[in-house]
Amino acid sequence: MTAISSDFSSVPVLPKWIVPVLLLAFAYGVVPLIGSSYLFEAILLPFLALSLAGVGLNILTGYAGQVSLGSAAFMAAGAFAAYNFNLRVEGLPLIGSIFLAGIVAAAIGIVFGLPSLRLKGFYLAVSTLAAQFFVQWALTKFSWFSNNSASGVIDAPRLSISGYALDGAIGRYLFALTIVTVLTFLAYRLVTSQTGRNFIAIRDNETAARIIGIPVLKTKLLAFAISSFIIGVAGVIWAFAYLRTVEPDGFDLDRSFQILFIIIIGGLASIRGAFFGAALIVVFPLGLSRLGGFLLGDLFDSGVLDMSQRIVLGALIILFLILEPDGLVALWDRIRRRLLFAWQST
Amino acid sequence: MNPIRKMNKGPNKKAHTGSTSTMTFLSTIKAAALSAAMIVSVALPAAHADEQYFPLQSYRVGPYAAGGTGFFGGFIDYLNLINIRDGGVNGVKLTWDECETQYEVERGVECYERQKSHAGAAAWNPLSVGIAYAMIDRITADKVPLITVNHGRTDSTDGRVFPYVFPLLLNPYSETSGIVNYIASKEGGIDKLKGKKIVVLYHGSPYGKETIPIYDLLAQKYGFTVQQIEVPHPGNEQQSQWLTIRRAKPDFVVLRGWGVMNPVALKTAVKVGYPVDHIVGNVWSNSEEDVIPAGDAAKGYTAITTQASGNSYPVVQEIVKTVYGAGKGNLEDKSRIGSVYHNLGIVNGILNVEAIRVAQEKFGHRTLTGDEVRWGFEHLKLDPAKVEALGAKDLFHSINVSWDNHEGEGYVTFQQWDGKKWNVVSDWIAPDWALLRPIIEKSAEAYAAEKGIKLRTADDANAVTTN
Repeated sequence: MTAISSDFSSVPVLPKWIVPVLLLAFAYGVVPLIGSSYLFEAILLPFLALSLAGVGLNILTGYAGQVSLGSAAFMAAGAFAAYNFNLRVEGLPLIGSIFLAGIVAAAIGIVFGLPSLRLKGFYLAVSTLAAQFFVQWALTKFSWFSNNSASGVIDAPRLSISGYALDGAIGRYLFALTIVTVLTFLAYRLVTSQTGRNFIAIRDNETAARIIGIPVLKTKLLAFAISSFIIGVAGVIWAFAYLRTVEPDGFDLDRSFQILFIIIIGGLASIRGAFFGAALIVVFPLGLSRLGGFLLGDLFDSGVLDMSQRIVLGALIILFLILEPDGLVALWDRIRRRLLFAWQST
Repeated sequence: MNPIRKMNKGPNKKAHTGSTSTMTFLSTIKAAALSAAMIVSVALPAAHADEQYFPLQSYRVGPYAAGGTGFFGGFIDYLNLINIRDGGVNGVKLTWDECETQYEVERGVECYERQKSHAGAAAWNPLSVGIAYAMIDRITADKVPLITVNHGRTDSTDGRVFPYVFPLLLNPYSETSGIVNYIASKEGGIDKLKGKKIVVLYHGSPYGKETIPIYDLLAQKYGFTVQQIEVPHPGNEQQSQWLTIRRAKPDFVVLRGWGVMNPVALKTAVKVGYPVDHIVGNVWSNSEEDVIPAGDAAKGYTAITTQASGNSYPVVQEIVKTVYGAGKGNLEDKSRIGSVYHNLGIVNGILNVEAIRVAQEKFGHRTLTGDEVRWGFEHLKLDPAKVEALGAKDLFHSINVSWDNHEGEGYVTFQQWDGKKWNVVSDWIAPDWALLRPIIEKSAEAYAAEKGIKLRTADDANAVTTN
């Protein structure tokens, strides 16, 4: 785990809030006007869902130092819980089901976070695998979770907030964007608060943290709960806004690894890192695949192209990590500082 | 890419009214948006006259590549045959492109969004239950048919509720009924099933569990006992399940497997001494890829299929001669020509092309809209004489799709593995559609109620969107 990242380093020119605010204004004001349905359905919705999951995992792994391989399980718990609340509780608004789904994911996170009191590092990672396998198994085994649907694959309900339908691509995008914005903002406030500093203290030196009076047990479980809450809500976005079906198979171990890679590549202990990492993991392969299909699609079949894309992507990831082990965020900040320096000295 | 640049300039120009600092900011944004748009929309609509396009969400990579390469290879081979031999369907050339899904749902959705902007899409054929489920809402809104040959959502058979989804030839319930009818014929009649014992060994996944209620129902109806045993995914360890089977001493074991589970089941059966010729495989346990890894253990194993394997059928021979002869064959390994998945791809090609032909007779020999092709599928009737004329006699039996029956009463047959190839060992068997229909309707109506869908009538089915 690296030192506190550049979230706290400031660039002298602009106030810190200006970039996120401008980005949000662009995402709300401009993107819905110019975007195609492909942009929303295939790029922005999975990007938002996985970014949020990355933010959640970053709180646990990046800030509090607890490695978890159960992220996909918490996403699944969130998605299935939201589906069941929505189905079984009459009159509960959609936001209510999503909030309760986050609570369910948080509860499961606390249960599977208990081993963290004894285990560290790789051993903890292995024990969180239990969550991954257990949740997926339970969702397949007990058909109650999928409302006794024959195939176990269920349709997400229609999205609407106080009667206003959000079924179109743009509606679902705005829905996801709003949830991601709110939760990311809360996560940002959290990690800059005393609780956030407690997380970092436990990550950097547990014994020292205990000595200065940080309640280690409570703080660790809190990290698991908050992280799982956010990841659970990310699962709801993934299932309801993006794929619009809910199936246990979609939340397998590969997804957990994907989220872990997002925060490692993006930058541990950085809120922005989750977004950078998700952009690289989600958007970059698509661009590569479209470029490959466009340039070489007539020469090779899709299988060969896909394999070569994987090689390129893998090589790039290795390159990134060698150039900047602290992730894309650190790389970005370095480039920005150089540019600013160059600009100021002219 | 030029048209896209232009498209994007419009809205951005409007924004260029602020101060100079906002302008620099906006031009940065514009550059970013442009480069994004360039990535996003490579190779987009070029509406050619007289072309019908097939978006192929294929999978040639990943754990299910064997099925994907065979099926999409056969499909493409048949489309090529129509183009080379007949110059297309009544002069309308067939085109396609492939998008790799690896059988993953989110990749399939991405491919859908990528490929749907191409003009003249005829039908979607993802060959994946998960991707098909995720596409139902989307294709219904876009009015393009979704074909799930031999698999898919059982209740999508009901065309009143699922206007654009076609589980052609065989849905999972029909498959179950076909298997039970086959076992009955081996025992000497449906009344001889009374008192018999059948074990269903199923894959621990949504796909594997789909038929649990229907086996229970048939057991009750025909008076046999059924025991259903789950094999957790992926199924490479089945010792305890087969020991349970040995204790239960069933008359037949139905293997409802997937991937590696199939050869392991056959090997373990031999190990515990269960006779392999009393194991009946379902439609996803019936390929060469399922039996060859089991070696000698698979000898005598029987499995259901809607399309016989082998390359002796005239249409397969023509593909060998015309398509592979011209060096345009899709399979890299030519020994797989005529394998189960390859022939399924060919049959799927026949069904798609004939649906286009039916729709062209009604709407004209031109590029059809998705909704017109839907009408074609709903009037797709190939009797055995027509199937013979297509060079597919004995490759598959017949199909009879209507606006409310989207499966089309496919017949099944059974094939036995002799260690080298599959041999057909039964007549064409009809599943008990009349028994299954009310269950399917009930399930479809529940779905319609949940989603607020109004049941379609025959008149609605005849109202076609023609651009």
